[in-house]
Amino acid sequence: MAVETTTRAKLRWGLLDVLVVVFALIPVLWIASLSFKTPATLTDGKFIPREWTLDNYRTIFDTDQFVRALINSIGIALIATLIAVVLGAMAAYAISRLDFPGKKLLVGVSLLIAMFPQVSLVSPLFEIERQLGLFDTWPGLILPYITFALPLAIYTLSAFFKQIPWDLEKAAKMDGATQGQAFRRVIAPLAAPGLFTTAILVFIFCWNDFLFAITLTSTERARTVPVALSFFTGESQFEDPTGAICAAAVVITVPIILFVLFFQRRIVSGLTSGAVKG
Amino acid sequence: MADIVLDKVSKSFPDGTVAVQDVDLEIADGEFVILVGPSGCGKSTTLNMIAGLEDISSGELRIGGQRVNDKAPRDRDIAMVFQSYALYPNMTVRENMAFPLRLAKLDKETINQKVDEAAKVLELTSLLDRKPANLSGGQRQRVAMGRAIVRQPKAFLMDEPLSNLDAKLRVQMRTVVSRLQKQLGTTTVYVTHDQTEAMTLGDRVVIMRGGAVQQVGPPQELYDHPRNLFVAGFIGSPSMNFLHAAVQDGGLHTALGNVPLGDRVRRELEAADAPRELILGIRPEHFEDAELVDDDTRRRGIEFEAPVDIVESMGSDKYVYFTVEGEKASAAELEELAADAGAADFAGAGGNLVTRLSAESPVAEGQSRRVWFNLEKIHLFDPGTGRNLTLREGRSAGALGD
Repeated sequence: MAVETTTRAKLRWGLLDVLVVVFALIPVLWIASLSFKTPATLTDGKFIPREWTLDNYRTIFDTDQFVRALINSIGIALIATLIAVVLGAMAAYAISRLDFPGKKLLVGVSLLIAMFPQVSLVSPLFEIERQLGLFDTWPGLILPYITFALPLAIYTLSAFFKQIPWDLEKAAKMDGATQGQAFRRVIAPLAAPGLFTTAILVFIFCWNDFLFAITLTSTERARTVPVALSFFTGESQFEDPTGAICAAAVVITVPIILFVLFFQRRIVSGLTSGAVKG
Repeated sequence: MADIVLDKVSKSFPDGTVAVQDVDLEIADGEFVILVGPSGCGKSTTLNMIAGLEDISSGELRIGGQRVNDKAPRDRDIAMVFQSYALYPNMTVRENMAFPLRLAKLDKETINQKVDEAAKVLELTSLLDRKPANLSGGQRQRVAMGRAIVRQPKAFLMDEPLSNLDAKLRVQMRTVVSRLQKQLGTTTVYVTHDQTEAMTLGDRVVIMRGGAVQQVGPPQELYDHPRNLFVAGFIGSPSMNFLHAAVQDGGLHTALGNVPLGDRVRRELEAADAPRELILGIRPEHFEDAELVDDDTRRRGIEFEAPVDIVESMGSDKYVYFTVEGEKASAAELEELAADAGAADFAGAGGNLVTRLSAESPVAEGQSRRVWFNLEKIHLFDPGTGRNLTLREGRSAGALGD
């Protein structure tokens, strides 16, 4: 199918793109703008701050509360992502390549988990974790994150694995590779874009979670940033913490953007071209 | 280097379908054997079983005298070239070719030396640092071959390695493959569905149909002495003509006139369970313009007259298509062949007769022409079993044999 690329069409698409981007970015920019305002000018309704200040940023990094939450967030999200991607890759590989009894059941169950309303699991999880001593610990958050990230990882990864020609694996076996070597040296490098994509999705899911983080933590031991934000207060009850909250929001958005930008270069489509005829 | 022996090798799937049935085959050391047949005949499955990529359901496979049924592909020391080439896209040509050597844990220097050697043989030296994506089809094919030859395996397996190339390149690569095999003297099993490739490449050809071996032999033997209807129709281009023949008073009644029978065939047809109808097969080159046949030759055949449909002049000779009346030959094998070739390409069983006449023949379209054909080269087939009745001790004796 030939795509029409007349000037008119280009203009129309360009306009549409700008509209979408502006619509998506305005709230983010607004928060960024608020984070640079002084308490006095916070509510002046101006998009560009009249008085620039970095006080808000200084405040959040001065409080132990935020720094500790940031460490928790990064640690928990990274560990959960790593485990989910490794487990997901193995499961997805099996699903896309092997025929084993219970395969349909496995796929069905993982779909079921993905669709299960998380809110209904909050109270049982709370009870279970308190009994097991997992409440308010890193594993206490990592485990449920893995549970809910795995179906996502399995689905995206098995789609990627299915794209890799099976002949490559046969060729590797003929060349003298074991099943494990074939996976590590031939299949995994080719599935790298899929692995990175999945890693980004899982990381964002863990990073953004609020529901589990607020119910399964009670102290700074395991509290993540989204929850810590909600506990922000001013120095006195009459002080407005809006500026600090905005600064914190900006700070926790930056890692995500960096994460995506860093891995984006690796998500090169068409990495498998040249493997088989075409 | 080793011989490969298949001893009653079968492959059946859990749902009961049998892909390969009791294949007996002895491939000598250094031999070039072609497995050929229409799609779904089990040739690729057989190759995969030799490779170890598919389990053997029953029977025994021996490579170099050793039973390898339960050995993993990597322990069989054989290399394979895939139809899709299956190059590793994340590696350069050099890395692709070095991959099996690196897995074998050879030292860097030896690896480089071996890769350079193989690259030289296949004229890949200037491409060693490229990625497969930047290679043409023919180059990719050569890299795939290079990856197979670097580690000097006991045998090469090739699964339709040329079928993704365009026609001209295919002919070129055919000679490359042939020369390479002769040079290295490595036992090679080559799968193809193209009978021209089978005829030109192999020392011996194995024709398969529905999972069973139909006939094994050197190409010329299969061409001259086909054991059954399927082999006769599969080998040769254009294919053999097949005509309906009714047994009548010790002779055959066909659209080309009455064909006399020799004693042996007649005796066979006198048996109680003998078929009353036969299929007569004759190759295009066994016809000749009646004007150009000398008297001595004329006595060995009979003549008929038929309207000329199309004349294709090849320069060296002429392909002349005649329309003949009469019942069409019908057998399961012929239908299968027609379905495989695409009905248009397989004129053998239709009301059309393909003949190859001398270039001097003044034949013209729209005319009627007298044509002679050689009775000694005729094959007669039982439409029920497909068996070639003119075959005696593996040699075809024609209709008159006694």
